[in-house]
Amino acid sequence: MWTWFHRLASPPSFYTFAERLAPWLLAFALIATGYGLIAGLWFAPRDYQQGDAFRIIYVHVPAAALSLSLYTGMAIAAVIALVWRIKLAEVAITALAPVGASFTALALVTGMLWGKPMWGAYWVWDARLTSELVLLFLYLGVIGLDAAFADRRAAARACALLAIVGAVNVPIVKYSVEWWNSLHQTSTILKFGKPTITTDMALPLYGALLGAYALAGVSALRRMQNVLLLRERRATWVRELLAERAA
Amino acid sequence: MTRRQTRMIAVGGLILGLGLAAWLGFTAFSKNLMYFYTPSDVIDGRAPAHARMRLGGLVEKGSVARGDGLLVNFTLADCAKKVSVRYEGILPDLFREGQGIVATGHVDDGTFVAEEVLAKHDENYMPPELADSLKTDTGHSCMPFKPVAEPAKTAAAAS
Repeated sequence: MWTWFHRLASPPSFYTFAERLAPWLLAFALIATGYGLIAGLWFAPRDYQQGDAFRIIYVHVPAAALSLSLYTGMAIAAVIALVWRIKLAEVAITALAPVGASFTALALVTGMLWGKPMWGAYWVWDARLTSELVLLFLYLGVIGLDAAFADRRAAARACALLAIVGAVNVPIVKYSVEWWNSLHQTSTILKFGKPTITTDMALPLYGALLGAYALAGVSALRRMQNVLLLRERRATWVRELLAERAA
Repeated sequence: MTRRQTRMIAVGGLILGLGLAAWLGFTAFSKNLMYFYTPSDVIDGRAPAHARMRLGGLVEKGSVARGDGLLVNFTLADCAKKVSVRYEGILPDLFREGQGIVATGHVDDGTFVAEEVLAKHDENYMPPELADSLKTDTGHSCMPFKPVAEPAKTAAAAS
């Protein structure tokens, strides 16, 4: 088990592993997202109070869930990069930040589009919305910091520190609606107790959630592959790989 | 101790320290992070007396009375107390009796004069047929409307 992990952490074996896994994950992502969005946007019943406007949940909730999950993943990679100095973990920080930033931006935009017709305002400065915006700035900070260094090792260390410091924001985003009064409602699915959504509305949402996780996985794998190729461009395995492709 | 163990302790300490700092900070500023005051806060004098503020609660059943033009009067309640609200303007689509709302305005002579009303819907989703067949009131729970702080016991004891 451990030897398998150690072997996987070496750049060439990770590259081949990702190359093999990515197409399957992408196929799964397309099927699950396709089911979730089609069933959610067309076939799920209207909500008793929000009518058709509630359907934006099928994009908003997966995007918001990924914005937090990807940051958690990035922070874990940061701890591994700082303590064990594993190159693949450093690559993961660089690769996950733009994916997470995209999902965070999507969550913010879909949330605004949902807020206007239902609440009556695109934006309010309540705890949930503000902390999610801070999350976007943290992602952008990691991306910017990463680009500011010429030395990849130094960049990874700086980014790892920022990612760990920013991780305190993750539980704040998640529990802001429980700890404080907010305009945003509390969790429907990811909470203790039964989800407060009927099954015919929930199933497409689970599909969309699974699809979004798979899609984020594919994006992360592909980005990590690219970052690895760039970082290791002088290594023998990359040269061999390129020669193989050219042939 | 190896260098890796030193780094492990440093990173662990960083996470622990940050967590503690965040916890202390957010506990201290908890009051300022509340998006709105509740009717209990207004009645018990925890809300600012004349300043502009937000008030959140449920629109009480049977309390909505429409006046001339866009004028509307209703009562806003949390789990314990209620405050009457006056508003002149366009209400959000979700506004109805039993609905949670957040109003911006100020207290004038015991009545909350609102300038803006936003709807605060809950986290429950169901088709309309189910909502009808449930028969119980689909009005919202008063639980999301938490008073800003516990009543100040020392102040009450002193007076």
